[in-house]
Amino acid sequence: MSDGTPILEVENLHAWYGESHILHGIDFSVHEGEVVSLLGRNGAGKTTTLRAIMGLVGRREGSIRLNGEETIGLKPDKIARRGIAYCPEERGIFASLTVKENLLLPPQVQEGGLPLEEIYELFPNLKERLSGASGTRLSGGEQQMLAIGRILRTGARLLLLDEPTEGLAPVIVQQIGRSVRRLQELGFTILLVEQNFHFAARLADRHYIVEHGHVVDNYKRADIKERMDELNELLGV
Amino acid sequence: MQEIFGVPAPLLFGQLLIGLINGSFYALLSLGLAVIFGVLNIINFAHGALYMMGAFVAWLLLNYLGIGYWPGLILAPLIVGAVGIVIERAMLSHLYDLDHLYGLLLTFGLALIIEGTFINFYGVSGQPYAPPEILNGGYNLGFMFLPKYRAWVIVASLAVCLGTWLLIERTRLGAYLRAAVERPDLVRAFGINVPLMMTLTYGFAVGLAGFAGILAAPVYTVSPIMGQNLIIVVFAIVVIGGLGSILGSIVTGLGIGLIEGLTRTFYPEASSTVVFVIMAIVLILRPNGLFGRPRE
Repeated sequence: MSDGTPILEVENLHAWYGESHILHGIDFSVHEGEVVSLLGRNGAGKTTTLRAIMGLVGRREGSIRLNGEETIGLKPDKIARRGIAYCPEERGIFASLTVKENLLLPPQVQEGGLPLEEIYELFPNLKERLSGASGTRLSGGEQQMLAIGRILRTGARLLLLDEPTEGLAPVIVQQIGRSVRRLQELGFTILLVEQNFHFAARLADRHYIVEHGHVVDNYKRADIKERMDELNELLGV
Repeated sequence: MQEIFGVPAPLLFGQLLIGLINGSFYALLSLGLAVIFGVLNIINFAHGALYMMGAFVAWLLLNYLGIGYWPGLILAPLIVGAVGIVIERAMLSHLYDLDHLYGLLLTFGLALIIEGTFINFYGVSGQPYAPPEILNGGYNLGFMFLPKYRAWVIVASLAVCLGTWLLIERTRLGAYLRAAVERPDLVRAFGINVPLMMTLTYGFAVGLAGFAGILAAPVYTVSPIMGQNLIIVVFAIVVIGGLGSILGSIVTGLGIGLIEGLTRTFYPEASSTVVFVIMAIVLILRPNGLFGRPRE
């Protein structure tokens, strides 16, 4: 899969929050139809990388090309309209919106978004919970499904998922894993940030290891078994 | 003459009507303030001055261009809204990441400049502005006389407040606004132009103040200090209703107007302080206001 055109190319990406220099020249690429994970310890710069791709950090430098087009100078809304969708670490469910309003909130940025019925097939719990209650009344797992489900409507083909399994029960983690695999089958490209190495190892085609704001190594899925000792050391798993 | 609690009925209902009129202005103004605070996180001290500007724009349109009340009712809010858009783009948009105090100081300064400019040209004495001919006279309801213009003010204010509430609570645009209040960064990452939305929101909210200004022009005299007299009470109403709460500002605005009317009837000495007593009690019992939610 990685032989095709890169849908996302990140080169020498630097990012700052205020005076703090967080990313020190990140390089990686994601090809169409791939699931790629960014792995690393807490504070390595994985979430900042996703936020920098979306233009949500104070200052960034380097190059971020989406389908070959540079986006480093664009505002977040313009970047989103290039066909990229972001599901944040803390899920970002809006308390002042109902479950349905949360689900329908992101506008369609491109043709080809999933219809609601297909989203309900992926996440059956959502359909049952479409009440007038606030989105934050859902359980953690349901909130995660809602957070992923709502970006599938937009037509974006590249999904940035930040820690989708954080704080979830094992049975829900499995369900999220099945959904990610199904999304890949449907042709979505996914950049996944995970601390749960075992979850990411099963899903991702390639892995980049991030440490202190750099990519320090990368692995194909097939390499993982034989390089497990190195990974254990790098990730502390 | 029929009496209620020892007060002649026409006097009581007359005061309640005045309370309802004041409440209508309170609701319109506090609604705008609540929207601005909720979406932009700015305490808009210039709101009273922009309300005054609405009344003055109507007066200027009539006296210099011969444009009467009904076209003025559309034009004055649009002109004040356009002024608001310039203020937001040129000044307020640079303050969103700073403490509330900076926005408050800036808008307080703007209020002084706007009011000072009008005082410089027109003095502090009021300018008369007649209601449209069709709204002259009134209805004799038996227990009281209801001037047509005052009935129109109540109906128009309630309609605009209800429309604004529906816009924010029941439409997709309103959902964007409510979401942007919580997580503007995430809403931008969904492809929505949040800065533009904030600019238009400020323009709309100060347009509401302009609308209240032209509605008030025939009721009070058009004076550069007419906003000063109202704005402190309106801030108290926003606090009582809950900072940023749309429904809270509307209900509290009308409620406080009526309570002021009743107080003026039964204990006139307290009529101008009752709102602050209520604010103190509410802040003690419900620090987030009657309809407010804790801000994260």
